[in-house]
Amino acid sequence: MNAPLIWIGFPLILAIILWIPRRANITALLGGLSSLILAGVAWLLPIDTAIRLSSNLSIKISSSIAILGRQITISPTDQPLISLLFGLASLWFFGASAAGIARRLIPLGYGIIALLIASLSVEPFLYAALLIQTAILIAIPLLSPPEQRPGRGIIRFLIYQTLAMPFILSAGWLMAGVESSPGDIELLTQSATLLALGFAFLLAIFPLYSWIPLLMEEASPYAMGFILWLLPSVTLLFAISFLDRYTWLREFDQLNNALRSAGLLMVTTGGIWAAFQHHLGRIMGYATIVNTGFSLLALSLFPDYKLSAFFLLMIPQALGLIVWSLALSVVKMRENSLIYKEMRGMLQRYPIIIIGLIIAHFSASGLPLMANFPPILAIWEGVARQTLIAAFWLGLGLAGLFTGAIRSLAIMVRSPEDQLWELNGSLLQNILIGIGIFFILILGFFPQLIHPILTTLPAAFAHLSG
Amino acid sequence: MTLQSISWGATILLLVTTLSILLIRDWRWSLTLLAAQYIGIFWLTQLHWTISMAAVKLVTGWMAATILGITRSAHNPKFAAAPYRSWPEGRFFRILAALLAFLVVLSAAPGVVQLLPGIGFPEVTSSLILMTMGLLLLGLTIQPLRVVIGLLTVLAGFEILYAAVETSTLVAALLAVINLGLALVGSYLLTAGLEELEA
Repeated sequence: MNAPLIWIGFPLILAIILWIPRRANITALLGGLSSLILAGVAWLLPIDTAIRLSSNLSIKISSSIAILGRQITISPTDQPLISLLFGLASLWFFGASAAGIARRLIPLGYGIIALLIASLSVEPFLYAALLIQTAILIAIPLLSPPEQRPGRGIIRFLIYQTLAMPFILSAGWLMAGVESSPGDIELLTQSATLLALGFAFLLAIFPLYSWIPLLMEEASPYAMGFILWLLPSVTLLFAISFLDRYTWLREFDQLNNALRSAGLLMVTTGGIWAAFQHHLGRIMGYATIVNTGFSLLALSLFPDYKLSAFFLLMIPQALGLIVWSLALSVVKMRENSLIYKEMRGMLQRYPIIIIGLIIAHFSASGLPLMANFPPILAIWEGVARQTLIAAFWLGLGLAGLFTGAIRSLAIMVRSPEDQLWELNGSLLQNILIGIGIFFILILGFFPQLIHPILTTLPAAFAHLSG
Repeated sequence: MTLQSISWGATILLLVTTLSILLIRDWRWSLTLLAAQYIGIFWLTQLHWTISMAAVKLVTGWMAATILGITRSAHNPKFAAAPYRSWPEGRFFRILAALLAFLVVLSAAPGVVQLLPGIGFPEVTSSLILMTMGLLLLGLTIQPLRVVIGLLTVLAGFEILYAAVETSTLVAALLAVINLGLALVGSYLLTAGLEELEA
């Protein structure tokens, strides 16, 4: 038995098998359960250790597999990370049937996850850029359904994400040169610039995020939510592996400033634009830009916090995004629009779904007692210790996002006097969003619940885990 | 000397094909030129790779052009023109932009040659021509077919340079998968929503 076969090969097989069921509920159930099992196995099953099944029978899961002369290795320290990715993916898959795209999202989602996990495990790790690009190509049919003409958003997504790969591969090649001659400042600057450009394209860093709001109008909000959760998460892990691998990069004078500036630009511009939108989908798009900004800010704090602030963000952000995108999908499926002027009085027609949407929005804005509040507060405090001006800009971005939430709420509570309270949406949709709201609040009240996961996650990055 | 001459010949071929792709609107000609482009790419890649590995690029490129061609030829011409409009569209503008791009290539090439030991001037010039012309094409259109041709051109330019520094079989395989994947995505985007238009 082999670890890459379990967590890369098996999901690829599932990506094919899960096209077969005709009913979306079955696909969602099978997809969600399989992902949950893969997460559990990653959490419990030891790699490279003999497991005794009986007195004369034992098995050992080896960590590597060779493909075309290169290794794909999943080491024991990677297991918590893989468990987290599959665990969160299972939540997305369980909700996919309620969002009406289970038959497309789950098979394609498994293909994307398998390739992204391969990207985190391939040696040399630079080849990850090629695997991420392959995953991006698989994401296109997910974001642009066959019955819809492709719009500007999907074209820009394809262009920007594809352009990232040459930059990262070139930077990686130059970095090998930097390792052999660390005193060469020119080479160092060139490789850092190429790397920054590559990640700017991949992470959709300002001003390269124009495709996000465009695509939020064109694509299914749930599919977009899934991609906007998975791609930045894995890309950031890939970026961390660069920091972990290259000492000169960790000690590069301008790195923290660059990460902080990029993060602040994302939070401030994303938050401010969110305050002026008239489309609920576009607002979520800008909120995901703010999320990426916070992740970059968390990374800029690694001399103080190591990776704890970064990993603290992962679960609340994903949870908020699942609830938000599911709520938007339900509204879009039933009302065929997400424009403000069509959203009047929606709270009385879809109480649980709209409360879920607003709670997820408030959580992304860092409102106290919501899941995102503890990590956002920790990052804000860390940034304020470094520079108060940066903390002010961060606050401005959050205020913008919060204003967007208040505007959405104001529109949705404004209903005609004779409007009666109804409970629209299917039972499954209301239950799933209800559970999501519960967990957003629980994580806000008891953030220590995710502490056991957080202690094991940084182990995958030996030089950064501290 | 002969090898060098052929390499410069390949560079001229790439300059002509990319410039023509930029100027010609007819999809048949664009795809034919794209396929011809891969002959030059094959030659410049085999200077650093084995012939068999470089042949993968040629075959992949031709397959990509074929996939796009088959999909595009199946379109109803009435809908194939679709609502996409690029800006600006003037041929004079395109020639001027290509000229500027070529000047950028000429000024940047010596620096890149110095940065990458073991790689010749023709490879660097060809690579930069492909990348700048590809980017120019991407900047001037949002038609799926032309966007994919632009992306394939940019990647081809990068692959010429990368072949000089990386000879891994896995990389060659993954780049081939990405090229074919781009062609398939292009085909998908070309056909998406057409049924609705035709209905």
